[in-house]
Amino acid sequence: MIAPAEVVGSVVILGGVATVFGAAISIVNARFRVWEDPRIDGVRDLLPGADCGACGRAGCRAFAEEVIGGLAIPAECTVMGEVEREDVADYLGIEVGDADRRVARLLCAGGRDVAPYKATYHGIESCAAAAAVTGGGKACPWGCLGYADCAVSCDFDAIAMSPFGLPVVDVDLCTACSDCVEACPLDLFVLMPADHHLVVQCKNLLTGDAAEAVCSVVCNACGRCVADGAEGLIEMMDGLAVVNYERIEAENPRAIERCPTGAIVWIENQQFPELLVEAWSEAS
Amino acid sequence: MKLFGVTFRHGVHPPDSKGLTDAVPIRRMPFPDRIALPLRQHAGKPARCLVEKGDRVERGDKIAEADGFVSVPIHASAAGTVAAVEWWPHPDGSMAETVVIDVERYSPQIPRPRIVPRWEGLSPEAVRAAVQEAGVVGLGGAAFPTHVKLSPPEDLPIEWLLVNGAECEPYLTTDHRTMVEYPERVHFGIRIMMQCLGVERAVIGVEKNKPDAIAELERTLPGDLDVSVMPLTVKYPQGAEKMLIEVVTGREVPSGKLPMHVGAVVQNVGSIATIAEVFETGLPLIERVVTVTGPGVGKPSNLIVPVGTQLQDVLDFCGGVTDDAAEIVFGGPMMGTSQPDMRTPLIKGTTGVVVLTEAEVKPKQTYPCIKCGHCLDACPVFLNPSELGILAQAGRYDEMEERHLMDCMLCGCCSYVCPSNIPLSQMFALSKNALRKRQAA
Repeated sequence: MIAPAEVVGSVVILGGVATVFGAAISIVNARFRVWEDPRIDGVRDLLPGADCGACGRAGCRAFAEEVIGGLAIPAECTVMGEVEREDVADYLGIEVGDADRRVARLLCAGGRDVAPYKATYHGIESCAAAAAVTGGGKACPWGCLGYADCAVSCDFDAIAMSPFGLPVVDVDLCTACSDCVEACPLDLFVLMPADHHLVVQCKNLLTGDAAEAVCSVVCNACGRCVADGAEGLIEMMDGLAVVNYERIEAENPRAIERCPTGAIVWIENQQFPELLVEAWSEAS
Repeated sequence: MKLFGVTFRHGVHPPDSKGLTDAVPIRRMPFPDRIALPLRQHAGKPARCLVEKGDRVERGDKIAEADGFVSVPIHASAAGTVAAVEWWPHPDGSMAETVVIDVERYSPQIPRPRIVPRWEGLSPEAVRAAVQEAGVVGLGGAAFPTHVKLSPPEDLPIEWLLVNGAECEPYLTTDHRTMVEYPERVHFGIRIMMQCLGVERAVIGVEKNKPDAIAELERTLPGDLDVSVMPLTVKYPQGAEKMLIEVVTGREVPSGKLPMHVGAVVQNVGSIATIAEVFETGLPLIERVVTVTGPGVGKPSNLIVPVGTQLQDVLDFCGGVTDDAAEIVFGGPMMGTSQPDMRTPLIKGTTGVVVLTEAEVKPKQTYPCIKCGHCLDACPVFLNPSELGILAQAGRYDEMEERHLMDCMLCGCCSYVCPSNIPLSQMFALSKNALRKRQAA
């Protein structure tokens, strides 16, 4: 049995302590308040809140601070749609501005249908694990392993695995946040402006027959694209055709016409359009 | 002498399976038609190529030079013509720049006459230079350049030379046969090393499952040097550098430190014998002893193989593989790497070729961790693999580092004992890679 006086006593003491500390906190809060632009929180609430880092800032709030400070423009947030960007611009009374839209492109077209395996891998089902165990068994050691580390890392569901084990990036969903670039142990993803059409979808450094033995869509370094493209647009480096994107204004579909394997492609917006989820699910 | 034999704490007892080859004398494999010598065969910087397509090379000629201090040159292991310098499958699974030599079929394979260095009174610097120039690396598997181990900093006095003849990996009998057949060469190598390091005491650690090796080494002990043979309990990973030091000297190598910090230098028996050969014949490291074994190989053998011999040629010489052969591993089954390509060359660090059958490599179903703690009792460096495994699955690498992930040597004891078949050591290999990548960035 507890005496009523004890209950009252403890309530009074604890209540008193709470009141004193509460008063102290409110005094300190009023006395040392740091003024903050209320628009920061306003803009942050308009942003997607994904904190993905695609804009190159630490998160949405950091981006909001820079937009208000004039260091960034709303268009740099690639996650937002047009309407949301307009909202942010209207809220601050500034222009949306123009930013190069970038997307992730895969530098490998060697799905299971075209690139053979020479051994079977058993173990942890991830590209990083397979790559660490003597290359995962794919005949082309530079090629995509197809265990979907990139698709798992993507916060926007922009990457789906095709039936041939190749990740397909949906350009409409990709925000160029570079998570897949970091996830791929073979460094097969690059972020590039969406309006660049010429892409060499291969990183295999072998040449000639040795290259074609490991994949049928490999760059075998024949050099035809170098000859057919504009002067200086494509170079042959270490057994691989490399597009010089500084001269990209000279790009032209003519460069890919004589490619014997189809390693260099002309991309109209969507890479691997025939492998998009809708396309192959309809076909099957 | 401890009551239960000389050993470290924890570890596991896999079946040693050495009976296939431990009594088979070393034979010399005939020269293959083609050899492939990757420029990267050692820990450290790859060698710089000195030859080009069409060049004629004699056996023992230098074809690539050391690039920096932690690097060694590479020598042609057979006379012939350079067919190409190109991308070639490497035992680590990647493609690596490789010098491919078409071996001259009717060549006597006699190396050019060379100056054999006189070891007596040779300064440590000269010994190191000779060892580096001969391309000698640790033959126990890691292929760390030997001359680097012979160059401890001035402020770290070295008291012990430990010779690693434990060979705790199942199946392998490379070091075992070397000790049985060339005990004098081992002792001669030890003599040169002791002189170079200025140490008074050398101990050869040999697991007790090699009584003939222990007997041979003891029979040939030099009378004028303090060298002894220490029989060790049969347990994996007894041959791990830090375990051996703990057993022989009673000192524990601190976390993140090297053997030289406790006054010890450890060399593999094979490396020691190679150094002896360098000072006997002047020949660089162009061939090594390799055990070709496993239930999936026709005729298990111990072979002297020219460095750069392709896997296919070695297996053909050993009677081919059986129909149920499923996996080929370079090194032992605990820490070796499986090989996806038959063109892969055997390099300086290849201790053995183990061909396993379907019965042994059958993939097992993985179950959740039941917190039984077997892995804690197995881990020779006293980590908590169970906890580390959970952190690895969550990708919490920083916390793994706090729990000393970097001390893990990937010996595989935890995976071996796990009743849920969790691939712990593979997870740790990945986590270590991820941490290293993050630190480099």
